[in-house]
Amino acid sequence: MLDQFDPRLDADFAAVDPAVLRARLEPLLPAGGLLTRLEAIRPYESDGLPAYRALPAAVALPETVEQVAAVLKACRDLGVPVVARGAGTGLSGGALPFPGGVLLVLSKFSRILGIDPVAMTARVQPGVRNLAVSEAAAPHGLFYAPDPSSQLACSIGGNVAENAGGVHCLKYGPTVHNILSAQVVTLDGEILTLGGPASDAAGYDLMALFTGSEGLLGVVTEVLLRLQPLPETTRLILAAFDDVGRAAGAVAAIMAAGVVPAGLEMMDGPALRAAEDFAGAGYPRDAAAILLCEIDGQAEDVAEEIERVSGLLRGAGATEVRIARDEAERRRFWAGRKGAFPAMGRLAPDYYCIDGTIPRKSLPFVLAEMGRLSEVHGLGVANVFHAGDGNLHPLILYDANLEGDLEKAEALGGAILELCVSVGGSITGEHGVGREKINQMCVQFSEAEVNAFHALKAAFDPLGLLNPGKAIPTLARCAEYGGMHVHKGALPFAHLERF
Amino acid sequence: MSTKEPFPLPTSNGSDTDLTAALAEAVRAAASERTPLEIRGAGTHAGMGGPVAGIPLAMTGHRGVVDYDPAELVLTARAGTPLSEVEALLAENGQMLAFEPPRLGSGGTLGGAVATGLSGPRRPFTGALRDYVLGARILDGRGQALRFGGTVFKNVAGFDAFRLMAGAHGTLGVLLDISLRVVPRPAVEAARVLDLPSGEALRKVADLMRRPLPLSGAFHDGRRLHLRLSGGPAGVEAAVARIGGEAADPWGWDAIRDLAHPVLAGGQGLWRISLPRTGPAGDFADLPWDQGGGVRWLAAETPSPGAWDQAAALGGHIERIRGTAGPAFQPLPPALLALHRRVKTALDPDGLFNPGRMYAEV
Repeated sequence: MLDQFDPRLDADFAAVDPAVLRARLEPLLPAGGLLTRLEAIRPYESDGLPAYRALPAAVALPETVEQVAAVLKACRDLGVPVVARGAGTGLSGGALPFPGGVLLVLSKFSRILGIDPVAMTARVQPGVRNLAVSEAAAPHGLFYAPDPSSQLACSIGGNVAENAGGVHCLKYGPTVHNILSAQVVTLDGEILTLGGPASDAAGYDLMALFTGSEGLLGVVTEVLLRLQPLPETTRLILAAFDDVGRAAGAVAAIMAAGVVPAGLEMMDGPALRAAEDFAGAGYPRDAAAILLCEIDGQAEDVAEEIERVSGLLRGAGATEVRIARDEAERRRFWAGRKGAFPAMGRLAPDYYCIDGTIPRKSLPFVLAEMGRLSEVHGLGVANVFHAGDGNLHPLILYDANLEGDLEKAEALGGAILELCVSVGGSITGEHGVGREKINQMCVQFSEAEVNAFHALKAAFDPLGLLNPGKAIPTLARCAEYGGMHVHKGALPFAHLERF
Repeated sequence: MSTKEPFPLPTSNGSDTDLTAALAEAVRAAASERTPLEIRGAGTHAGMGGPVAGIPLAMTGHRGVVDYDPAELVLTARAGTPLSEVEALLAENGQMLAFEPPRLGSGGTLGGAVATGLSGPRRPFTGALRDYVLGARILDGRGQALRFGGTVFKNVAGFDAFRLMAGAHGTLGVLLDISLRVVPRPAVEAARVLDLPSGEALRKVADLMRRPLPLSGAFHDGRRLHLRLSGGPAGVEAAVARIGGEAADPWGWDAIRDLAHPVLAGGQGLWRISLPRTGPAGDFADLPWDQGGGVRWLAAETPSPGAWDQAAALGGHIERIRGTAGPAFQPLPPALLALHRRVKTALDPDGLFNPGRMYAEV
């Protein structure tokens, strides 16, 4: 299990006496801001990937940026690893504590500091929930576009760390397109502003580098978000297909025709039926796949596009094309899609969500290949995709109470990610590498590239204390893992000693 | 290799050529001699930085579109490919670059556009150049070819070092090839001109931008407001009716994009002052502006001595586009400059690439 950190393959730090750590950190934090008792820190042992668990030595709950800086500096002086955590909804184990380290929880940073409706920006603290921003912006006719499915609970700081996406990033871009600046604190306790209130900043685009860096470079303490005008009209089309390949063809046809949908989602038979049972969304239960295509914009344009897309869907062989009649039906169609993950509880006791990205043209091949892998590994897979941007979320169905089933699920997940890389895709579209995909990084990147990532990390965190063992694998890990994975006939990391 | 002779790289004969191996060898040779390199495209953006004392490394021979499938909306091309060829190929397929890179002369390359990081008038409406870079292959300071990012829309594996290349002016690596997300061309475009003084025009644009209108350009020439709309025929027509003003030729926007509009062209120098779009503009309030007020244009040999501090105090910064009077870039606060230096060293430990182009320290 990957929640076991290996000093040889991940990171090795000298143990620090918990009493020394406590004596050093407690005075830096408000009363009750340092948790060390087992029952108090237990709730923080895992994030949105509950299969991975580890206990930190202490949980710090700072309330000001100065306290964040002081805690980071103290950890640097003591040589103690630090993992930052927002709402803990991440799906890749990115906020999994480092055993014996400090977990820095930003939940007290929960204020929206201001909304400027004229500049169309929101200045927020990192603990603010994603959806709360759009709710606060709505009275001004504005919204915050990135909408990960966890948007009710996930925090903006975590969104920045993961470069979070969501259904609507097909049109509006992921987090990095929607932030202007971030105040960050480095391990040295230095408070820096990356980016700025103008549309670009002087020097290197360090804000873009920082976004999606999974807590390896610094801790976000404030973010200036870009808001968008709420679209005048939003319409949703549901199309049913009796063949998954034809649905994939329809996706290609829509994108090639020059339509930019606000969202373009696909669900296969098992996923749509489970979602229908769960949410009563009104999906056609006998379909092999459905597409949900949302068009937003000015009323006149939306009406035109809806006509066009309906024609394209029929031309691509849709057996049924339904346009949501009203807002209630539109919400119901979405409810099924957004409830797809919890709905998996109807198919199996547990599911494991994968997050690969592929070029859209490879979709039919990848679907067929995934079916084959599912049989080889003996576990079922239900498929939910952000089809428009080629982001797959295969849900591997397993039973954690069955001996060896989780390991089987992990192995199938790894095989699917490597399939994504083999067609020119990526091991993660929006969930991040975290702890979960640390081994697959060795498949997607060469030794020189991994070295470059470590060098960039060292520019911010020379001691390697921020979120160790996550996102970027050590070369030792790649040597060990690479031994089992010969890629295109070449053994990666060949010159390194294998343990 | 002690002279300043260019590396013997083939120059472009107009055909697609992959010079990765020769470029890597040149970088390795420079590394072994500790001789800096001046990475050269077509030189159209030469005014955008300081002089580099290094051996020229000519990129224009490394050219050609490597992969383009219109249905995928992704294009990958070598850095030396002329931007005009990339844009012509996209136009044939009803697509375009959303960030509308300025052409500051003929022959400008894709690599130069990415390295200088300039986004055109569409910037506040469709996003920045770096938002559309999906991946890049570069040579690092050891002459190793590294691939960051990829050719898919969504990809969060590894640090986004490819976005960092946008606007780094070649100081972090030699761009080999670049993968871009491209977008469909709008069905129709319309241009309008309104007789509004600068301050009133700014308020008008800020108000329009808060509404879901198909705006794609907002430029003020000092006297009049120029607006552009892009989208579906019905939506653009409705927006035109709402906005009013006189009709103008949408092609006029090419001159605004390419900084060839009469208020921007000619003169001793041109400076781009980025400011918060709707904030106070201090001494820059009367300058022509683009991007809804986010960019003020100063046509002068050099900004006034106090201009740099004022731009910073207003939350913005200044960079030189044309001219030779220095500095070419806004000075950075010490902590940020130190971080720049460390990031530079991470990818180019011997300081081979374009030293002095941006800052003396990188």
